[in-house]
Amino acid sequence: MLKYIVKRILIAMALLVVMSAVTFMLMRLTPGNFLDTLRLDPQISKDTLAYYTRLYQLDAPAWQQYLHWLAGLFRGEWGYSFYYNVPVAQIIGPRLVNTFILSLAAFLVTWMAAIPLGIWAALNRGNGRDRALQCAAYAVISLPGFFVAMILLFMAAVTGCLPLGGIESPGAGELPFIARMIDMARHLVIPVTALSLGSIAVLQKLMRGNMLEVLGRQYIFAARARGIPEDRVIYVHALRNAINPMITLLGYEFASLLSGAALMEIITSWPGLGSMMLTAVRAKDIYLVMAGMMMGGVLFVAGNLMADIALAKADPRIKIG
Amino acid sequence: MKPMTMPRNEAGLAWQKFLKDRMAVTALWILGVFYAAALLADVLAPYSLRDESRAHTYCPPTGLHFFTPSGQWAGLHVRGVAMSYDIFRRRMYHETAAIYPVKFFSGGESYRLLGVVPFDRHFFTVDAPGRIYLLGADSRGRDIFSRIIHGARVSLTIGLLGVFISFGVGLLVGGIAGYCGGRTDQALMRVCEMVMMVPGFYLLLALRAAVPDSLDSLQVYAAIVIILSFIGWAGLARVIRGMCLSLKARDYVLAAKTMGLSDLAIIMRHILPHTISYSLAAVTLAVPGYILGESALSLIGLGIQDPYASWGNMLAEAMSIVRIQFAPWILWPAFFIGMTVLCFNLVGDALRDAWDPWLNGKGGGA
Repeated sequence: MLKYIVKRILIAMALLVVMSAVTFMLMRLTPGNFLDTLRLDPQISKDTLAYYTRLYQLDAPAWQQYLHWLAGLFRGEWGYSFYYNVPVAQIIGPRLVNTFILSLAAFLVTWMAAIPLGIWAALNRGNGRDRALQCAAYAVISLPGFFVAMILLFMAAVTGCLPLGGIESPGAGELPFIARMIDMARHLVIPVTALSLGSIAVLQKLMRGNMLEVLGRQYIFAARARGIPEDRVIYVHALRNAINPMITLLGYEFASLLSGAALMEIITSWPGLGSMMLTAVRAKDIYLVMAGMMMGGVLFVAGNLMADIALAKADPRIKIG
Repeated sequence: MKPMTMPRNEAGLAWQKFLKDRMAVTALWILGVFYAAALLADVLAPYSLRDESRAHTYCPPTGLHFFTPSGQWAGLHVRGVAMSYDIFRRRMYHETAAIYPVKFFSGGESYRLLGVVPFDRHFFTVDAPGRIYLLGADSRGRDIFSRIIHGARVSLTIGLLGVFISFGVGLLVGGIAGYCGGRTDQALMRVCEMVMMVPGFYLLLALRAAVPDSLDSLQVYAAIVIILSFIGWAGLARVIRGMCLSLKARDYVLAAKTMGLSDLAIIMRHILPHTISYSLAAVTLAVPGYILGESALSLIGLGIQDPYASWGNMLAEAMSIVRIQFAPWILWPAFFIGMTVLCFNLVGDALRDAWDPWLNGKGGGA
């Protein structure tokens, strides 16, 4: 097991290096660099520009610049953001936390809603309630997430019941801890709803399918024949087997949430990695883009790895390695 | 009742099964209408992409009338609009007495039909200074109906083209990996994993950043297609690899091998055709992803640029939430995005069910 994890991490690291190299080359492909914006600023002296050029070896070929950046990474230097005028590490930390909060909240809401809904739908299979839920789910899957977010923001604007984007109200820093948390939770409502609606619709359908499949198995028939109470048959015998395939999805879902959250962050102005990436990409702030990509990649890989481990733990039949 | 003829081949059977799904057939018709409208956009749209009328900023949808305010029959017509400001300096539009009959197939702005034939007929127009806004106007007084039809060209084709490219690559890579196995398989799958490992939206942004801003709209369009396909091919390749792995263990592949067929011939003639049944549904279900990808990119201003329209960049106006309250019709493109995605999902699901031999006669489940 440990050997497998180490192997996976090593592969992931190699992949991250390749990925960063490709991103770096792509960013360098476009004409112009971040110094062009600085050059237009009369307040920045020639010496500063020369200093940056030397510091980041901007006159060297692209591959050399990349190696320079990579070497810096191992020393814990993420480079400098020319857009925000602070070291990248200073920006990326809080952003990462914010994205993590948003993704985690959406993730919890999704799973806590989807699993019971799926079970409920499977137990009501074919009747009016199940059909209504499946129709609604179908409609929701086809709704673009950004549209849901826009409508929710609009409704919040009209009724004034929820804050319009951002992560906290002005002056929230002075509030006591509990009040601050409540304030943030209120800001979370719109992006989390918009993010999780689609996933709930998909996952409850999968859960329903799994549950139905397991309920049709012979061991369920046998359990019922032995007179085990129906509740126990459903929630102990069936559920544990039906939920197994879902665990593989768990990590993948979390990882894709991180990526999916990016667009939602931009629309609801949530100060996370995604909205930072957009700013960075627009400003050609290369080191910030690189850091964003690396962070996104690490979270994605970690999510998938955790999913594999969780699956191995949950299902003793599965051997990994 | 006419006796039903049984089709001989698998595709015919599947098609017959597909036709039984009313919802899916309706969805297919709707998609057909959308694509036809996109093809004939210049004829159907009363205004061209560049047409604007700054005096009609956020003009609400114009009502269609048959009778004048005094109750006289005047044929199908729209009325003139006049703008005034209310006490909050908000624009107010109200109808005037001027009558502009709706003309069918009359001359208007000239264009090239399907990009070649010079033509100037429009399905319906009204004479200037009258304006017909079936779905209202945007911030620059451009007709949203016209822009939706023109934008359909971008939004609807990007999905198909993107899927076509990524499916081609996915089929090739997945086919080779699955058939060859061993080192080749390992190497190709690592590459796929690498692409899949990158969070899609971040990759989208990074790739878009690599595209210079100086491109013209057609080049931007091509760039977006390529970027979206680049992100999408890996997933398809993995699934096709899985199918190839199971297919190559079949007896008829062994038979082909013993007969001395080359590897490439076996992949092309015996393995890939069998993956089609799966692929058709997978491809249909993949299209919405591309459509949503393009709209997201255009929505945040990195996609198709003005004056060209796509459903995504039209929605960008609705990003400032206040506008939705005063001009809710700017949300129309979202309706069309949702509708298209829904139809593709319905058709895809029905195709999958129709092709799946295990589902015959059963309601669902394995």
